[in-house]
Amino acid sequence: MVVQALRRVDVVKNFEPPAAAPASPANGLAVNIRGLRKSFGDHEVLAGIDLHIPAGEFVAIVGRSGCGKSTLLRLLLGLDQPTAGSFWFGDREGEVADNRAVRVMFQEPRLLPWARVLANVEVGLGNDRKLPGARDRALATLREVGLEDRRNEWPSVLSGGQRQRVALARALVSQPRVLAFDEPLGALDALTRISMQKLLERVWRDQGFTAIMVTHDVAEAVTLADRVIMIEDGRIALDLQIDLPRPRERGSADVAALEGLILRDLFRNSKAGDDA
Amino acid sequence: MSAAVASGGSSRGLQTLTQWALPIGLILVWQAMSMAGLIPSRVLPAPTDVVAAGWKLLKSGELMRNIWVSFWRAIVGFAIGGSIGFGLGLANGLSDRSERILDSTLQMVRNIPHLALIPLVILWFGIDEEAKLFLVALGVFFPIYINTQHGVRTVDAQLVEMGQTYGMSRSALFWQVILPGALPSIFVGLRYALGIMWLTLIVAETISASSGIGYMAMQAREFLLVDVVVLSILIYALLGKLADSVARLLERFCLSWHPAFQKR
Repeated sequence: MVVQALRRVDVVKNFEPPAAAPASPANGLAVNIRGLRKSFGDHEVLAGIDLHIPAGEFVAIVGRSGCGKSTLLRLLLGLDQPTAGSFWFGDREGEVADNRAVRVMFQEPRLLPWARVLANVEVGLGNDRKLPGARDRALATLREVGLEDRRNEWPSVLSGGQRQRVALARALVSQPRVLAFDEPLGALDALTRISMQKLLERVWRDQGFTAIMVTHDVAEAVTLADRVIMIEDGRIALDLQIDLPRPRERGSADVAALEGLILRDLFRNSKAGDDA
Repeated sequence: MSAAVASGGSSRGLQTLTQWALPIGLILVWQAMSMAGLIPSRVLPAPTDVVAAGWKLLKSGELMRNIWVSFWRAIVGFAIGGSIGFGLGLANGLSDRSERILDSTLQMVRNIPHLALIPLVILWFGIDEEAKLFLVALGVFFPIYINTQHGVRTVDAQLVEMGQTYGMSRSALFWQVILPGALPSIFVGLRYALGIMWLTLIVAETISASSGIGYMAMQAREFLLVDVVVLSILIYALLGKLADSVARLLERFCLSWHPAFQKR
């Protein structure tokens, strides 16, 4: 499995256009969040978030539904405006990131049903779509997620996992420096989830972007992330470094111990039947 | 292998045959009953008589002239009403302000049956071409308008959001997300509009015209030429079927991504 994955990466490298930057942790952008608040009417969803994510780190954000973790992601993506506070990508405050530097993968694939698989990946290139070599970049990225031979299919004939891989290729094709995931594997079956987790880890290590993943699956967070952040009542309630060596074995004792720790914390303050 | 292909081909041929079995059977029964004298020719002439009448009119050139006139009215009226409906549907689908200003007025007008305007239209335009074009345009306007607006309004908001996070410009968003997303609904409007187009034209031509298929039918009624009346009705049916087939073909071509139009 590992050998296969490595070989596939090698192939991709060979096809990368010369203009593309070499993959290294320096590809990532730091994320800085200062005093971020968001209210919808009288309801305060985020009550002041302060967070620094170093470049290239993989951060998982967990919390119960309605805790504000998805709202935080939407603010970072510019899909909602914060009530107060600020955030920036990069090291200097106020620095404006290139609009292709930050990409997102949603829980739903959100592919254009009227565009072929390859054209859907090309959406991720934005205006670069018209440049020579754009198609080769899209093809190389599609190869990276193992779907090159499905490039001329309509999205409707693909399985859920394959659609999510196309969505991943679309997010990756512009070589983003920050990649946000909003429960990207939430709708997949258990086996597809595991292989997608491996794929995500591989491309993250390969390309060196900063990854922010919102998930409700604590085991997934512990398996993938360098650092797990728990949000409760709109505040950061736990900030835990995961120092386990990679690749981590899903279901190993270390992973299970950390998972138990976080879950205990999650349920510490909850009354019985709160989340039912 | 080849046997399987051959049997597949012949079963498809059989399917086409079944499709046509009923109409052909009905015509044969009709012919037989006419020949047996069960249907008086003053009520319904035999199919052979209708064909003969058609042949006579074709030779005199009258048939083609009238078909052409009706066809032209249908196309021009459709183009005028359809493009206005499409344009306003897009505008009111995309812009809240435009919808606030226009939509309630248009919905009010929509509730008037457009054929109720015939007396007024005759007063305005007489029985000239404008009258027919106006009625056809008005008739096709609403289904196209409503379905275009509905299509644009109901484009998957998640896809629009995706387009925005990927930095699509407004025009890219329109061409790549909104218009293709609205297309299935627009086609529903198109096919409705084609039906209304022929309906309007038939009524308009039978009431106020000096040429066209409807006029040909009304003239024939005056002279008790039942075969020509039946012929006119059949031509309308054929033209309607033709328009619908073209729309379906276009739909199949434009919506080939849609699971409903993919080969199983």
